[in-house]
Amino acid sequence: MGITTFKPATPEQLADAVRWALDAGEPLELTGTGSKRGLGRPVQTAYALDLSDLSGVVAYEPEELVLTVKAATPMAEIEPLLRGRGQHLAFEPPDLGGLYGQAPGGGTLGGVLAAALAGPRRLSAGSARDHFLGVAGVSGRAEVYKGGAKVVKNVTGYDVPKLMAGSFGTLTAMTEVTVKVLPAPEDTRTLLLHGRSDAEGIRALTDALHSPHEVSGAAHLPESVAERIPAVASARASVTAIRLEGFGPSVAARLAGLTADLGGIDGVLDRDESLAFWRAVRDVAPFRASNPDTDPLVWKLSVPPASGARVAEELALALGDVEFFFDWGGGLIWLATPRETDAAALRGTLAPFGGHATLVRAPEALRTAADVFQPQPAPLLALTQRVKTSFDPRGVLNPGRLFAGV
Amino acid sequence: MVIPLVPGGVPGLGARNLPTENPDGEEQNGMKMPPPDPNIIAKRRELVERLRAIVPGEGVIVDEAELRAYECDALTAYRALPLVVVLPSTTHQVSEVLKTCKEMGVKVVPRGAGTSLSGGALPLEDGVLLGMGKFNRILEVDYDNRCVVTQPGVTNLGISTRVADRGFYYAPDPSSQIACTIGGNIAENSGGVHCLKYGLTTNNVLGVEMVLMDGTVVRLGGKHLDQGGYDLMGIVTGSEGLLGVVTEVTVRILKKPATARAVLIGFPSNEQAGDCVAAIIAAGIIPGGMEMMDRPAIHAAEDFLHAGYPLDVEALMIVELDGPAAEVDHLIDRVVAIANDHGAVSARASTSEEERLLFWAGRKAAFPAVGRISPDYLCMDGTIPRKALPLVLSRMQELSERHGLRVANVFHAGDGNLHPLILYDANKPGELEAAERFGADILTLCVDVGGVLTGEHGVGVEKRDLMTHQFSKTDLDQQQRLKCAFDPDGLLNPGKVFPELHRCAELGRLHVSGGKLPFPDIPRF
Ligand SMILES: Cc1cc2nc3c(=O)[nH]c(=O)nc-3n(C[C@H](O)[C@H](O)[C@H](O)COP(=O)(O)OP(=O)(O)OC[C@H]3O[C@@H](n4cnc5c(N)ncnc54)[C@H](O)[C@@H]3O)c2cc1C
Repeated sequence: MGITTFKPATPEQLADAVRWALDAGEPLELTGTGSKRGLGRPVQTAYALDLSDLSGVVAYEPEELVLTVKAATPMAEIEPLLRGRGQHLAFEPPDLGGLYGQAPGGGTLGGVLAAALAGPRRLSAGSARDHFLGVAGVSGRAEVYKGGAKVVKNVTGYDVPKLMAGSFGTLTAMTEVTVKVLPAPEDTRTLLLHGRSDAEGIRALTDALHSPHEVSGAAHLPESVAERIPAVASARASVTAIRLEGFGPSVAARLAGLTADLGGIDGVLDRDESLAFWRAVRDVAPFRASNPDTDPLVWKLSVPPASGARVAEELALALGDVEFFFDWGGGLIWLATPRETDAAALRGTLAPFGGHATLVRAPEALRTAADVFQPQPAPLLALTQRVKTSFDPRGVLNPGRLFAGV
Repeated sequence: MVIPLVPGGVPGLGARNLPTENPDGEEQNGMKMPPPDPNIIAKRRELVERLRAIVPGEGVIVDEAELRAYECDALTAYRALPLVVVLPSTTHQVSEVLKTCKEMGVKVVPRGAGTSLSGGALPLEDGVLLGMGKFNRILEVDYDNRCVVTQPGVTNLGISTRVADRGFYYAPDPSSQIACTIGGNIAENSGGVHCLKYGLTTNNVLGVEMVLMDGTVVRLGGKHLDQGGYDLMGIVTGSEGLLGVVTEVTVRILKKPATARAVLIGFPSNEQAGDCVAAIIAAGIIPGGMEMMDRPAIHAAEDFLHAGYPLDVEALMIVELDGPAAEVDHLIDRVVAIANDHGAVSARASTSEEERLLFWAGRKAAFPAVGRISPDYLCMDGTIPRKALPLVLSRMQELSERHGLRVANVFHAGDGNLHPLILYDANKPGELEAAERFGADILTLCVDVGGVLTGEHGVGVEKRDLMTHQFSKTDLDQQQRLKCAFDPDGLLNPGKVFPELHRCAELGRLHVSGGKLPFPDIPRF
């Protein structure tokens, strides 16, 4: 099927394209640079909306802690800009390109926000939604509108940007986004424990998170996973990793304090090793794509942190040949499973613990057939559908990307 | 002073007409509420019976003297007697109450502790006031998952107190924290002096259970960190009771910082203080709290509390650093150095916990202190980009002269959230109105310099009619459509937030025409 792609350069052109789609009854697939097309349910439309021309920094005011960019501004442009002023996006957006066999450094800020992606610092600094202050865009009614604001503290009207986070382009084609930016830590260290079982590892992470030492990363990697991350491979054992960040003297003091609290540790990663290690955790490097025909499925499970080890244990029992590692103190499980894994069985195993599972990597056919995102109970799904309709009554924006019919 | 929202009160309710100071019965303020519907008021008896069948005993209040307790929130200039007050104690009861009200077409106003400063909990004369006070139990403290599951009527401070012995706390700390409820905090997305570093309510909530106007119960989030699906919790937080009634809340709790120290810094000008704030942030420091007071506020606070504030300065800052002792000591030195570089005339770092608390005492008592120098005051709540501070303060001075009213400023300097306190005397005819006009001028000024109408107190009725200054009609229509997704009949807390009420059917209408492509200039390939 030949796909016609619109490539608007202004919000007005974008609105025209959506208006045309409404008139013609032809839904649109939205893309920034297409880096996350593998994430979510495939959208099957004859027309596409390429938003990549809506790119560029609109305003960066480091002292106000605010950055406004056109939505499709590449992450590769934003990261060095912030670094130049000693700042960063504190939610540590991952670069999932490797998971889909793409080169690193792809993606746009709009895409990161639309997919609500956050890295290890989710634990202490919050997620994409927590840093998303303002949005402008075109709704499925072809109307140009804005929500939120360009200041860090605002409660005027509904917090529309929050709703955009994780909406996968099903509500609004975003043209401009404003995010909170924060000072990047001056220094970083990572404490390591080796050879702990999953349960012991998560327990240690919980203890560290109960300390006053301001942990900003808490991951546990079973041996088979840890050996794929160069910074810790030499351990030849499971690795429990706890990150401390901040001003130099503070990191040094906390390192000493936490080491004592944990009754000794097995190693410390220096700044550069830490950065490399957490980047690998953030980007799910252990499950990097190698062969699109045989790569296992990858799932992202959000669970109550302290139950992480038990969830993984039950899943291993139920599903057989699986691999996993934990981030967010146990609250995030990255899980690789065989291709024939039944989504319903996986979610059934998860159910008693609370939380949800997203099928992050799978062949297109499977993502069309299976529930990529956790199915919602009927009343919630009905509300979700009404929210969708309130922005996009005819379903012209990324129909079906999130749920069938949404 | 009492201002009837609708002159003459409601017929059929006996001697409940509110006194009016204006003999010809004209409304004295600009803020109009939807006119009470006589058909609903006529059904009061049936409504009460049906509510009593759901919430037995004393949970349904009809007696005028008792209703009086609910006639306003902390925006006391606006009052109205609710038709009925109902105090349910279970989610099931809330669901049945809402279902019944929806069936009967009766409006509902949820209420927590009634400390809203924007009139969010202002009753409607033809509406049910749904008090959440009986939802007052903490359901679970889960240290391993670092969260607390609680009913919404528990106070903000109640949560922190409950987990204090294990060294935890709930971070958002509105000054009203001994009284305000966590349900109200969610509705208002409340902040506090520590929210630059620790976030507003929205950044600290993990889950809610909520009842929609049709009685449907939905659960959003839980003990896990990410919700999945649309971030409906993000919309519900800060929705001012317009989307659903929150019946259960899961919040995350944090370990208390090991230490905290504060520096008290005086500046000869607001500009220098503003520059100092920017320089602290540019140095990569996000203080636990960073507050500023202007000259009138400093004097009011010092006269009231004798906290040792310098009186010969134009601006006073309190910068609090919290965290590990090594970090705090390191940063205190840097902050003092930055302050001195920016022309501080005094910079005192606290050397004991008593001293730190004394520095704060004046700031925390700023509202009552101002209350001492003026019979009444209005507390405003705009946010501005911090760089606009000197401009905004000098314009505010001009406005003060023009309106003939004094203003004192306290300011969450770190995040640009201003709290101008406008001093007036409600007993002097016209002063409240002048104060409201002054307030509106300040808030529109905030928007004009790139900021917003409200940083933490909510729109409510107070700033409702200013919404069109910040948002276009399209922006507001889209927000109202969102409201329609939750409450298509517009029965939940109407008259708040949105300056105009539209029917959902009208808002949902879509005009499409033609079918050809009249936009040849969009590149396509
Ligand atoms: C002296 C003083 C100091 C203050 N300081 C601060 C401050 O520092 N920071 C700050 O942010 N605010 C502050 N406030 C404002 C106020 O305390 C907050 O807005 C607070 O969150 C209101 O909580 P409440 O329980 O009193 O809610 P209420 O006033 O009863 O209601 C507020 C809104 O919430 C809705 N609501 C209440 N409960 C529910 C529920 N369960 N479900 C759905 N909707 C509900 C109501 O309909 C209403 O719209 C202050 C107020 C006072 C009086």
